[in-house]
Amino acid sequence: MKTKKINVRRSLAVLLVAGVISSATYLIAADHIDAPAVTGKASDITDFYAFESPSNSSNLVFVVNTQGLLAPTATAAKSFDSDVMLEVNIDNSSTKDNQEDLVLQVTFEDGKVQVYGPVAPIQKGLNSTLVATANKAEATVSTYAGSPMTGEANGVKIFAGPRDDPFFFDLDQYKKVIAGTATGFSNPGTDTFAGTNVMAVVIELPKSLLGTGTVNAWATSNRKN
Amino acid sequence: MKLKYNNLLALGALLVLAACNNDDDATPTPVTYVQEDQMARPAINTVFVSAADKDSFNGTIPSAQGAAFATKFKDKLLALNAGYTTNLLGLNATDFTGVLATDVLSVALTGATTFYDGTNVLTGRKLNDDVITVELILLFGGPDATMNPTLTDDHVDANDKAFLTTFPYLASPH
Repeated sequence: MKTKKINVRRSLAVLLVAGVISSATYLIAADHIDAPAVTGKASDITDFYAFESPSNSSNLVFVVNTQGLLAPTATAAKSFDSDVMLEVNIDNSSTKDNQEDLVLQVTFEDGKVQVYGPVAPIQKGLNSTLVATANKAEATVSTYAGSPMTGEANGVKIFAGPRDDPFFFDLDQYKKVIAGTATGFSNPGTDTFAGTNVMAVVIELPKSLLGTGTVNAWATSNRKN
Repeated sequence: MKLKYNNLLALGALLVLAACNNDDDATPTPVTYVQEDQMARPAINTVFVSAADKDSFNGTIPSAQGAAFATKFKDKLLALNAGYTTNLLGLNATDFTGVLATDVLSVALTGATTFYDGTNVLTGRKLNDDVITVELILLFGGPDATMNPTLTDDHVDANDKAFLTTFPYLASPH
């Protein structure tokens, strides 16, 4: 068995080296700086979380983080983009067709953040239209140094502003493994994302607004036409 | 530490929709937007999508991602781990990448919400879930999570700042 394991390891290493040619440049996890068209823009989503509220088990929390790997010295100058709408898409159909039945639409305007919904979208797919008549919760966008500013409407809470990046991963060592210059991870590892910030959007809302059972969810960023 | 694949299968469970309606009485000029980035499960685009396809993946709606990318994901999986047979979820390469190529996150509206907590699988994603180690196990760990032990844990198990117990939960910026 030992010989077999070594062979597996060797073939893995060879293929890892081959793989680096096509992929190493963009290996920034989880989704930080994942694609050329959005890298460096307010529309670059770094992570998406969905979890039961730690403070109210009847509520669900969505987190959409953007603009990752911000140094503390660079964070205060960062902002959201009024031309970018962030969207949480929810498929609560019985068939799970992975099309959005409900959306939460997050917009930024004059130093404020708005979340509309959850509401049935006007259209599904790559194009989104703001459902301006939906329930709207609004808050002042929080500043780097200030306390978190939050808003709430009909049980839907909203926060937007700079926060610590909650993501953790020894990305640098992973890149070495992929590049064939290391055979595995170190113990202990080093968190590449330690000490860095993101521009975060956090939404909390009653689960009852989303349906029952299990839903499929995903985040998108969308640029104004 | 035994994963329950049954939970994955159960994700297609029934649902009753409480629809929110909006009145269209006031009709201001509609503001429209075009999708630029998309993500659900962590690190999917970064790990499985080749450089030339990064933007294209982000510009594909989830219901179309499987058909467009499942084969490419399988090729990438086998390039990363030529010895892949099945993983802890019991999924062969075709089935595993078929699931991953449709980038949506399953979220349970009752019970635990976690990427994996030792019992529940893919019922959400908590801030403190060690999602990368879970994914490494599924990529490299083989059917019983024991293969390639140096590749299945990055040994970074937690965030560098404590999370808050109240909204907005994320820690203050550095």
